[in-house]
Amino acid sequence: MKNEQKYTTLQLTTLVVLRLLIGWHLLYEGLSKLYNPSWSSKGFLSESQWILSGFSDWVISNSSVLNVVDFLNTWGLIAIGLGLILGLFARTAAIAGALLLLMYYFNNPPLIGLEYSVPTEGNYLVVSKTLIEAVAMVALALFSTSSVFGLDYFISKLKKS
Amino acid sequence: MAQDKNQNKDKKGSEKTASGMSIQRRTLLKAMVGVPVLGALAFEVAQKNSYDISKKKRIVKELGLNDIEAPSILKSSSKDKRDLIRVGMIGFGNRAKALSSALGFLHPLDTKNRRDSGSLENWLEQDDLNVAVTGICDVFDLHAENGLATARNEVRPGNPPASSIPVKRYLNYQEMLDDKNIDAVMIATPDHHHAPIAIAAARAGKHIYCEKSPVQREWELNALYDAVKESKVTYQLGHQITKNVIFQQAKEIVKRDILGKITLVETTTNRNSASGAWIRHLDKNGNLLPGDEKSIDWEQWLGNRPQKPFTVDRYYNWTKWFDYDMGMIGQLFTHEFDAVNQLLRIGIPATVSSSGGIYYWKDNREMPDSLHCVFEYPNHNLTLLYSGNLANSNNRGRVFMGHDATMELGGSISITPDGSSTRYKKQLAEGIISPSEPMITMNPNSGKVDAVTSATEKYYSSRGLTNTFVNGKKVDVTHLHVKEWIDCIRSGELPTANIERAYEEGAAILMAQKSYLEKRQVKWDPVNKKIV
Repeated sequence: MKNEQKYTTLQLTTLVVLRLLIGWHLLYEGLSKLYNPSWSSKGFLSESQWILSGFSDWVISNSSVLNVVDFLNTWGLIAIGLGLILGLFARTAAIAGALLLLMYYFNNPPLIGLEYSVPTEGNYLVVSKTLIEAVAMVALALFSTSSVFGLDYFISKLKKS
Repeated sequence: MAQDKNQNKDKKGSEKTASGMSIQRRTLLKAMVGVPVLGALAFEVAQKNSYDISKKKRIVKELGLNDIEAPSILKSSSKDKRDLIRVGMIGFGNRAKALSSALGFLHPLDTKNRRDSGSLENWLEQDDLNVAVTGICDVFDLHAENGLATARNEVRPGNPPASSIPVKRYLNYQEMLDDKNIDAVMIATPDHHHAPIAIAAARAGKHIYCEKSPVQREWELNALYDAVKESKVTYQLGHQITKNVIFQQAKEIVKRDILGKITLVETTTNRNSASGAWIRHLDKNGNLLPGDEKSIDWEQWLGNRPQKPFTVDRYYNWTKWFDYDMGMIGQLFTHEFDAVNQLLRIGIPATVSSSGGIYYWKDNREMPDSLHCVFEYPNHNLTLLYSGNLANSNNRGRVFMGHDATMELGGSISITPDGSSTRYKKQLAEGIISPSEPMITMNPNSGKVDAVTSATEKYYSSRGLTNTFVNGKKVDVTHLHVKEWIDCIRSGELPTANIERAYEEGAAILMAQKSYLEKRQVKWDPVNKKIV
């Protein structure tokens, strides 16, 4: 956990800002879903193509599984967002976030030949913002900042004493 | 001096602690860097929520739509339903399965399928209507067996005690109508039997739930009307669409004149599959579905129609021939007509002209696969248009066009202001609303009025009309329609799709069919109650 001390101030600041921005994004995504009672992952999953489409079809076909997925998704986003912003269990949050976003990506990858009925807000070929954000979170997990700039400081202190 | 030294020492000591404390404070502050960010997010979220609410409120309030609410009464009190109603099912094909489910009866196989897919629980929450299916009548042994198994299934909503009344199979409908132990019948046969059975049932004093279409021949129209009117039975036609929350909201919108003067209503059918074109006699692997002359009483199936040899094609795909049905007019336009008539109460058209042809499904059919009918209502200053096509599925929707706004009514509602509207001139000029996007959408999933939603939300909400959401719960619309029929049997009130509406619909579809067959415009003679 001595990584932080090897960074220059600018490197450290950039990493912390990146962490806060991604945290903000995921937390708000989660809150929006929480506030919208009619939100369900069903629409997204019904668009699923490529390797995860079988899994998605199974989730949609079973309403209790769909409810669990909706719950985990909403609260997962909120927990990951809080973790990244507060720097609490930030490494776990970043890894979990990367996995979640990779799951989104592999459900709807912008590959040639896959057509979606909902238009995207940008132009993507293979690489999408979701994929980039996932990799950015992998970077956050590897270059951790939370034991100085985050509540993980208290946890590392507790461990020492 | 000694004192001085001591003082110096103290000074140094305190300097050390002060710097130590400030280092610690800085470390603490660093660790808490996320807290102000979280605060900023909370502030932004609160700001955004109040902005969204005020924007929605403003549009919704200016249109006077702030108090449109979804109906909340779903269950009748046990007092209202103390008398058991004994129901006989006439015809037990696919539609009867759906009607049974709406009554609270599933085939054991469907119970299992629903349990496996996790949808059984939702069905079990349906209101127990205190009915027993005590009679099954079908010309096909296999279907009758399905009916008996369904009626005997003890897995029921509300978990009532098993019925002590045995379930009986009747070999023909007259036998069922003669039985004093049947109170009401549900008719879900091919269409050429609907009116004859309904007329006989009314005369026998049995309450009637009849699938569309109500009539096939002109003589049946007045005969059915008179038979029901002379009896005390409750007649309900099978158009469940009015039970959708969305529909009730559309009714409010029309009532409050949000659209302005409506002069044109466009209704459509857009299908592009063999099943959609009523080719339904094959299973998934292309093999013929079951049924032969041994297991099907073909004479009875034909009824009073001309003799034709039995074929699996004719038995399952009867919609293709005019002897048994009116094709798109009978199967699909009836739903459209009911939706429009329930909203606008336009009744019987003054004139109808239809045209079309068999342009794609060139099999042995008589009914057109491309059909367009124009219904004129000079007394309402309105034209109703129907355009059906079975070889393209581009969704053209159901659109009500008023001087001030256009309403598209499907699984959801979207209302778009007209650029030249008089009523919304001010709001259009201010840029609060624009003709390029809906000013109001109503989403069946929330049952709430929702002004200005995203394109994606709109896209998803436009699907599905089989269920509606009441108080956040998914409810089968057919259940609500059947429930209304049962409630009206007990209370003696008139249901929504009553005999008056059925008469208007019957007249409209007979006119459309006659116009297509005779290739001319037909008129309604209101004095003699006939088509000329």
